[in-house]
Amino acid sequence: MSKAIIKIEDLKREFTMGSETVRALKGISFDIKEGEFVTIMGSSGSGKSTMLNILGCLDQPTSGNYEIDGVKVKDLTKNQLATIRNEKIGFIFQSYNLLARTSAIENVELPLLYNSKVSTEERRKRAIEALQKVGLGERLDHTPSQLSGGQQQRVAIARSLVNNPVMLLADEATGNLDTRTAYEIMSIFQELNEQGITIAFVTHEEDIATFSSRTIVLKDGNIIQDYKNENVQSAKEELAKLPKQDD
Amino acid sequence: MRILNLFKIAFKAIVLNKMRTLLTMLGIIIGVASVIAMLAIGEGSKESIRENISSMGSNIITIRPASASSSGVRASGDEMQTLTLKDYEAVKDQATFLSYATPLVTGKGQVINGSNNWPSNIYGVNPDYLKIKVVDLQSGSMFTDAEVKTASKVALIGQTVVDNVFPDGQDPIGQMIRFNNIPFTVIGVLEVKGENTFGQDQDDVVIAPYTTVQKRILAIDYINQIMASAVSEDDAPNAVTEVSEIMRLQHQISNPNNDDFSVQSMEELISTFSSTSEMLTVLLVAVASISLLIGGIGIMNIMYVSVKERTKEIGLRMAVGAKGADILMQFLIEAILISVTGGALGVLLGLTSTVFIEKFLNWPTSVAMYSIVISFAVCAITGIFFGWYPARKASALDPITALRYE
Repeated sequence: MSKAIIKIEDLKREFTMGSETVRALKGISFDIKEGEFVTIMGSSGSGKSTMLNILGCLDQPTSGNYEIDGVKVKDLTKNQLATIRNEKIGFIFQSYNLLARTSAIENVELPLLYNSKVSTEERRKRAIEALQKVGLGERLDHTPSQLSGGQQQRVAIARSLVNNPVMLLADEATGNLDTRTAYEIMSIFQELNEQGITIAFVTHEEDIATFSSRTIVLKDGNIIQDYKNENVQSAKEELAKLPKQDD
Repeated sequence: MRILNLFKIAFKAIVLNKMRTLLTMLGIIIGVASVIAMLAIGEGSKESIRENISSMGSNIITIRPASASSSGVRASGDEMQTLTLKDYEAVKDQATFLSYATPLVTGKGQVINGSNNWPSNIYGVNPDYLKIKVVDLQSGSMFTDAEVKTASKVALIGQTVVDNVFPDGQDPIGQMIRFNNIPFTVIGVLEVKGENTFGQDQDDVVIAPYTTVQKRILAIDYINQIMASAVSEDDAPNAVTEVSEIMRLQHQISNPNNDDFSVQSMEELISTFSSTSEMLTVLLVAVASISLLIGGIGIMNIMYVSVKERTKEIGLRMAVGAKGADILMQFLIEAILISVTGGALGVLLGLTSTVFIEKFLNWPTSVAMYSIVISFAVCAITGIFFGWYPARKASALDPITALRYE
């Protein structure tokens, strides 16, 4: 049995808006094991963004336990949280969030700039490796404006990989892409997952969930479904089935 | 390592916004340059005033009769006849802070050479006069103590007198001139000194032994002034006190309020003039400082806009592991880079414009090292001061909010 990367126990998050208390997460418990590809689904307002922020150590739960890679996140200071984000988590966003007018390689290097243990040479080497992994080894010096949406998201994936995280955290990573490109990106995620990387993928698209090995569905701050996907689709095969584009 | 990376990040941000950075810098550049140039002008004019006054003899001390009441009538100092050769001798013999001293008697009259004549002043002095006034001779020689003793009819004349009574360009040395009908042999011509600070022509002068002037021209036995030079400029105040005491003893005055003489040093004059130009400098620098301040506010403005504009980027940086301190440093370094680079360029511009002012406007300037150091330091501090608030704001951003900021 592989070890749990993420352990969540009775996690609650409440926001106080004036006199009202909004309970975004109402006591959630689940584990994510090493090597799992989990999609977290739910409509807006279901608490999945809050979930994602806590998973990504951008936010702290009101109560309950959250452990990532053996580290209890509760009671960590802001700076300690930053270090966890830097060393254990790779973020991928819906809108890529690349630095404009900055080359792909420099974008990928970004997380390592905040890690004083990594030397300049190693930083560059790892950034090139990460870009090669996502098939952009030829476009190191291209700036985001010279890249397509899919390519930009690949740079973002490379950036999330560069610090060798224990988990990738994707927030609607295919939300801005057309189906074909989305499937391309998903096939990259699947490949990375096959190499043993744990992935938590937040989405509201049903078809994306079919590429993952497990799906957690949230509604109104509770888990309403948590099931293993017995029949994982291959994004590569699905991509091949799509009608060929004219151009 | 980490700091180096932050420097790289800040530098990159600056390079990516060249135009904006340059315009921001311009405020600092102009501020620093104007502070340096203004100080240079102020210092320069101060120095030139000092030099100007020094050219009249910087450590000159003059002793004049002052108005004093004698039997109830208060007479003006000019009409007093209380200064005598005895006073001169006492001062000369007893004063330790004086290097030279001469009695001075003055008279007005007409200098005549053939058909040319010119109204001028005659100064009756001893040979030390030239050393006190720091005047050299163009040609000829000074009269001697022996000639003073015998009240010889010899004279030295200034260039203005030469120009007017020897218009043909003939060598005045050895020529006879008449001053108020007394014939003098010209034995020397004084070097050209031009106008003094008060606009007085220092070359319009005839110099003769004081004995000659006393006896043959003015027919008096008192003297108008005693002129002396202090051992050094720094000793001038001591010399003034010392001379005053000697004079009081001579004139048997116990209460300094009853002094029938006045002792003045050039030092007092210099400090009066210096303080005027100092005030002017302060004023100029105050104006220049305001422009430096405005430059600083420009930095703050741009940094503030920059933080707003890059909120999302800040969120991203935080998401990938930047700590609040990293963000703070990034923006602070950016502000400091702008201000320090601007400061360096400002120093350069300040120095160049100083050279131009000197060359084309002919204003005396003098760049003081301290003005460079101070303005540079001020502008670095400005960068930190005005960069701090926006940087602080950036570092305090909540990463979630920053990431979602549009």
